[in-house]
Amino acid sequence: MADFDRTKQGRGLVAIDGAMALIAILLIVQIWLLSATLEAYLAGHVGAVIPGAIFSGIIFAGCLTLNFFVDRVDRESRQR
Amino acid sequence: MSLFRSPSKEPLWKDEFSVFTSDERYVTRRQFAKFLTLASLGMFVGNLWILLKSRFAKNKTYPAVDVADVNEIPIRGVKLFTYPTIQDHCIMIRTGEDDYVAYSQKCTHLSCSVYYSAKNDRLECPCHQGFFSVKDGSVLQGPPPRPLPQIVLTRNDSKLVAVSVKEI
Repeated sequence: MADFDRTKQGRGLVAIDGAMALIAILLIVQIWLLSATLEAYLAGHVGAVIPGAIFSGIIFAGCLTLNFFVDRVDRESRQR
Repeated sequence: MSLFRSPSKEPLWKDEFSVFTSDERYVTRRQFAKFLTLASLGMFVGNLWILLKSRFAKNKTYPAVDVADVNEIPIRGVKLFTYPTIQDHCIMIRTGEDDYVAYSQKCTHLSCSVYYSAKNDRLECPCHQGFFSVKDGSVLQGPPPRPLPQIVLTRNDSKLVAVSVKEI
């Protein structure tokens, strides 16, 4: 039973690490998006500003969801 | 267990308080994920700021400034002037009998001054060989990312008047 719990805990940790890696990748994409939007805006291409903000919002929503996931899995693994 | 406190550098309250400083410094995965999400929020706010800035940017107003007399410069001749402020150098070219065009003299690549090449009938930036069309200021060749801002000219009797700047 204890072994079973430990395996479950290990799986939880792997899930958390995976989620955090995904957040890091999303952050890198978001940094690129912010710099590209700023550059387009300064170059006078105002049309790129709205899609930039929308995609940045989507990425933030993704990060938030992953954060809640990490929070939940971490709490569950501590309760065991 | 000794009745007396062993001499240490820590104050008494730290010995009696059941918090381990090393554990306090330890960043949990949950904290780190929260930090990353906050960074993402910051970047989203940055994108929103750009959006709001582009939406509520004030329209610039330009003064009307006499640039030259109609016959002051010959055909394919140029005149340098400043518009709208004394720091903004511009170049006016007479391309035909009644045709005049004027552009900002600042190259859109790295802000070197462009000059008119009558031989090639184009505006040239000597710094990195960026060439612009005389007709509309569009980029013909080289590294400039966008066309030259065009100065809108109107004719007032025998005067050519700069009235605004058209940026593409």
